[in-house]
Amino acid sequence: MAMPTSPGTDLLSPAAPQDTSLLSSPRPSVLPPDVDMSSPLMYGTPIRGTPARQRPDLGSVRKAPQVDLQSEQPVSDATVGSEPSGGQRLVIWGTDVNVNICKEKFQRFVQRFVDPTSTEDENAGLDLNEPLYSQKLEEISVVGDPVLNVNCRHLQSFDAELYRQLVSYPQEVIPTFDMAINDLFFDRFPDSFLEYQIQVRPYNALKTRNMRSLNPEDIDQLITISGMVIRTSQLIPEMQEAFFQCSICGASARVEVDRGRIAEPAACRHCNVSHSMALIHNRSLFSDKQMVKIQESPEDMPAGQTPHTIVVYAHNDLVDKVQPGDRINITGIYRAVPMRANPLQSSVKSVYKTHIDVIHFRKTDEKRLHGLDEDAEQKLFTEDRVQSLKELSLKPDVYERLASALAPSIYEHEDIKKGILLQLFGGSRKDFSQTGRGHFRAEVNILLCGDPGTSKSQLLQYVYNLVPRGQYTSGKGSSAVGLTAYVMKDPETRQLVLQTGALVLSDNGICCIDEFDKMSDNTRSVLHEVMEQQTLSIAKQHVILALPVSVPHRVRPSPCPSRTVSVPHRVLPSPCPLCLFLRFDLIFLMLDPQDEAYDRRLAHHLVSLYYHGEEQMEEEFLDMSVLKDYIAYARTYISPRLSEEASQALIEAYVDMRKIGSGRGMVSAYPRQLESLIRLSEAHAKVRFSERVETIDVEEAKRLHREALKQSATDPRTGFVDISILTTGMSATARKRKEEVAQALKKMIQTKARTPAMKYQQLLEELRAQSETAVTKELFDEALRALADEDYLTVTGKTVRLLA
Amino acid sequence: MYLTDMSHNNSTSGWEEKVVKFFKEQLKEKDARTVPSLNDVPLHYLKPNSLVKFRCFIQDMFDPEFYMGAYETVDPSSKAKMMQCGKYKDVAECSVDFHSSNTVNAERQTFYCVPVPGESPYASESQGRVVPSTSYAPSRQKRSYEDDDDMDTHPQKQREPNSGNCGGSLKRQETEAPSSQAASASHLDLNFPLPGEKGPSCLVKVYEDWDSFKLNDMLEVYGILSVSPVLSVLADEKETSSSLLDPTDSMETAAEQRVHCPPASLVPRLHLVHSQRLLHNNPLMPLTVMEQNTAFLSSTLSEMAAVRAELLTYFTHVLLGDTLAAEYLILHLISNVYNRRDVLPLGKFTLNLSGCPTVGSYTERLYHIIQQLVPSSFYLGMTLQNLNQMRLVPKKDYVANRLVSGALQVPKNTSLFLDETRLEQGQLDTAGVHNVTALGNLISWQKVDYDFNFHQMEFPCNVNVLVTSEGRSLLPSDCQIHLQPQIPPSQIEEYLSSLHVPSDSSSQVNKFRIFLGVARLLDYSISDEVTKSVEDDFVDMRKDDPQSVSAEDLHRMLVVARLLSLSLGQTTLCRDSWMRAKHIEMQRKTRVEQQKCVNGNEP
Repeated sequence: MAMPTSPGTDLLSPAAPQDTSLLSSPRPSVLPPDVDMSSPLMYGTPIRGTPARQRPDLGSVRKAPQVDLQSEQPVSDATVGSEPSGGQRLVIWGTDVNVNICKEKFQRFVQRFVDPTSTEDENAGLDLNEPLYSQKLEEISVVGDPVLNVNCRHLQSFDAELYRQLVSYPQEVIPTFDMAINDLFFDRFPDSFLEYQIQVRPYNALKTRNMRSLNPEDIDQLITISGMVIRTSQLIPEMQEAFFQCSICGASARVEVDRGRIAEPAACRHCNVSHSMALIHNRSLFSDKQMVKIQESPEDMPAGQTPHTIVVYAHNDLVDKVQPGDRINITGIYRAVPMRANPLQSSVKSVYKTHIDVIHFRKTDEKRLHGLDEDAEQKLFTEDRVQSLKELSLKPDVYERLASALAPSIYEHEDIKKGILLQLFGGSRKDFSQTGRGHFRAEVNILLCGDPGTSKSQLLQYVYNLVPRGQYTSGKGSSAVGLTAYVMKDPETRQLVLQTGALVLSDNGICCIDEFDKMSDNTRSVLHEVMEQQTLSIAKQHVILALPVSVPHRVRPSPCPSRTVSVPHRVLPSPCPLCLFLRFDLIFLMLDPQDEAYDRRLAHHLVSLYYHGEEQMEEEFLDMSVLKDYIAYARTYISPRLSEEASQALIEAYVDMRKIGSGRGMVSAYPRQLESLIRLSEAHAKVRFSERVETIDVEEAKRLHREALKQSATDPRTGFVDISILTTGMSATARKRKEEVAQALKKMIQTKARTPAMKYQQLLEELRAQSETAVTKELFDEALRALADEDYLTVTGKTVRLLA
Repeated sequence: MYLTDMSHNNSTSGWEEKVVKFFKEQLKEKDARTVPSLNDVPLHYLKPNSLVKFRCFIQDMFDPEFYMGAYETVDPSSKAKMMQCGKYKDVAECSVDFHSSNTVNAERQTFYCVPVPGESPYASESQGRVVPSTSYAPSRQKRSYEDDDDMDTHPQKQREPNSGNCGGSLKRQETEAPSSQAASASHLDLNFPLPGEKGPSCLVKVYEDWDSFKLNDMLEVYGILSVSPVLSVLADEKETSSSLLDPTDSMETAAEQRVHCPPASLVPRLHLVHSQRLLHNNPLMPLTVMEQNTAFLSSTLSEMAAVRAELLTYFTHVLLGDTLAAEYLILHLISNVYNRRDVLPLGKFTLNLSGCPTVGSYTERLYHIIQQLVPSSFYLGMTLQNLNQMRLVPKKDYVANRLVSGALQVPKNTSLFLDETRLEQGQLDTAGVHNVTALGNLISWQKVDYDFNFHQMEFPCNVNVLVTSEGRSLLPSDCQIHLQPQIPPSQIEEYLSSLHVPSDSSSQVNKFRIFLGVARLLDYSISDEVTKSVEDDFVDMRKDDPQSVSAEDLHRMLVVARLLSLSLGQTTLCRDSWMRAKHIEMQRKTRVEQQKCVNGNEP
């Protein structure tokens, strides 16, 4: 939608710097359009054949009244009296912006600003020691996308005064920037072809606010707020300029739309016939517009209140840039429009309607698609906060402190809390896709099992509340589709929509699955892929073809299922497949230790929990928000790498683990365990805010891993750690029964004659005859095996031989 | 107390504070009683722009709005400029000078308030009775007759000639009778949390300190009633005259319009002057914090034990002669979430009353009795239809931009009565599963996850949940007690028909009501000495049989001990109460064990 070339009626009409038309366009009756033709600055007119494009984001609502040039002069002199060139010491009415000075400053900024420490992904591939925005101009000349995004923070560090003007008077300053950048661009690249002139889009105004802190003082200022898109409207063609034609003489007139109104010419200026002008729709100018509703992000909200929403208008190419559900940062101008006075009514509502004219959208969750785990910028840490977090990280006992701050209402279980803490931090993400192995999992998975009533659910609830994208689901009643995704018909729109399940929703967060044992095997198998590959494939018959969104989703949850009803004998009962178990980095048993000292401490803890004793309060020196920030900071900024010593230590640890079982033909460690160790060490280094994984990290990882194994996988017979026990697990009663049968069998054999060999079948029948309860074949086999383990007998085929 | 003029006269700086202060002072004294209440006076009897009160519940919070705090008007004839104040008003003067540099913009917040959901009839009625009804109704009647006289000669919606007071000074007409109100209400969903509720809802405009208000708060609001028909007219005309000229109007959906600008005759606006958060809605107790009312407190405390005994006898009678169950029912009714430790709510005591007879609609009778005793309650029959179709969890409707309420959006200390004896065979659909999960969450964590479509938001709540069932409930509970009727099953029906339901205003019932209300609000502590002995006890119990007592049992025993002490009017735990708590817990446990043995297939 190009602008017409008749300059006088453009929205941002050619204006001398002292002209006010940037601020509010002249109404034809007041200011004849040709007045500005002599102006040296031809903003809005084609520069070497490139047309300008309207910026409804800046000027669609202009409240400021007309300005009389003459009366304005003295004001401007007073404001910028010290400026040298007398002819240009004028400021735009109502502001302290002098267009020429502003232009010069901005050009200087573009030509000189260097940010060697830039980490933004937009700047990838640019030479950080060269002026940043000059390079971007070059990019524009190559790519041909005439938009220059300017980070306000850069501007602020370069010229604080200019930044202040930008924030305070965006409506005037941004067009000035546009002029400046186009002058600069076409000087440098006189031959380049652009569809229309370059538009400057500032973003990341430091005056970033959450929606709640917006107040009347922010009206007409440049603001950046974050939020979530909840609704987008259809595209709305908005009339920018109406075209009228005289039905008598055919003369035409253009009338600009001002604040949603068109001043219809009462009479034709050419033939002076009144009421002869008719609106010609096809020759009027329209621009695209879209209403977007933004809701406060859940993190910004005080507890117990509902989220606020705000209306945002997107114009031209920003239309359809965002979808409902997106988390975005928007930079724009905050507007308030008084309720229109109704001509039929004598009184009006004394309320304004507010909205934001958007200048720049920035999706905050876009980056997750690039695999960069940075919530950066959205999660702005204040410098004080960063400082205090860093101080905290320097404390020698930071690890213990954080662990004890985790779920303080749950008593002891320090190692489990430490494990969960490391899970929250996670390892470093590694990418081996070039060598064909794809991504390595950085997330730590934890399984908690234990006696009933050991507050496992509570721990899960706590974790779920702590992390920003936590999901809590119960194994009971969850199905495979509930965990992944399913397609359903929206009852209102009748369209097929993809409903995301818990695992998808917890992407980059933690998925807490309670009552894991009550989950069906079918459902559990879904977890395989998620836990190791951290991807999720969904196939829904033919529907998948219709929905391109449902191709494999990347999810990185760290499920920490819990509660397999454990029995005192410390062996897991559930027939959980080994492969799934191995995908857990840490498996903890939450047990009731049942000793007096523990009971006493537990009782004390609980009583003081209920009647908050003083000491309890002291214990909570770290509140949840600090913990949250600490974790978020570490996850965002710290990605530790293994040091030489650490890798050596890891290798040794792994070899040791393998050794334990090898003597007895058991496998006590798998390569997966080594990976877990690496992840845990990295997580521990993150806790220390350290960029290098040191040996102490490995030591702690080893210790924790051992503790977890010791608790859950110690073979009760031998005291050795045996991974396979996790899968062959047997309940205590079954074990007891087996022992009874074994003893009975032994006795029977002993009472029998001293025959060294017996028939298997015969022995079984004799035992059955003797025993008052049923002896199954399996049980008999078990008993025989137990006796064989005692080196009392051997079984070869169908014969049983006594040994010595 | 009509203050419209007042706000005009002192538009000097600082007057706003003074006004609020003045009203607060006035309301502190007995004057509050003479303020007519929106709860029990029909809207058409209230004078516009007068001070009214409203006892309400914040159901939804709208976006803040910017308004003209002060503005200038230009008299069309004389061109005289005059400053006006826009505070406490919805409509501005006729000829506003939008370009005046004197305009002051300000911000205010709107809350959508409904009467307290589930309020028992006695609570809502007797609070109304506080206002001597004769003091205003007749005089108002008189005025309206006068109005009628001069109104008859004017066409509808005529403005008052005095333009200095045109801010909503359109006289209300008696034609807006209750009948029309009811008729038009049908097409407008007033969004009450509980089904079958009625009453006025209100848009409360708050001018300061709105961050301190929370969703689901119970409030007593004093404010200026604004029912200007202009508000409704503005809303209506939008649909016809809008779109092409003003693009901002067309953006708002009709649904949103209806919700945010409902006709003022149905949903009046209330400009808040003073508000008071209600700790409880029991009309028989003083509103203020208990400590400040030592006289009331000491008199009730001394009677507590006696009233408790009476109540116990009564509940025993109601629960078919089961004293232990009656004991637990008392504990349940005075339970209250008094604190939260990270995610753990402390003090909740959900009771599962299993073994309820299914004859003679016993559970309904039980509910009606409880309803008589507590200020607010809600009965939810767990029928398949209810579970599958009812909206329990509030959900954000982004089209209308409001929070569509659900049955679990209730004020604190509401008694939720879940009747599982109504369960029937069939299949729960997706909504049903969500509803059951929501109920489970409510019971376990005392929170409801409101559905905001793209995410959920957790709202803590404080609801006493009583589950009646035949076998063990499918929902979690803190404590299960199996009812052991002392009446032979054949006579139950007969017994039930003779069940004595307390008459509404007997002094005994009022005593019970006060008892339950006070016990819930008492502070409670535990001395170091008793702590020690509790610890010892626990260790001892574990020594004998570690399996028998778990940490969870200790949790429960501590709650039982607390509630038991409070029910006796004791604010600290003493050894006796602890022993007694232990004792009844043991009794209950044995009973549950027995029950398990009887039907062996129970988990």
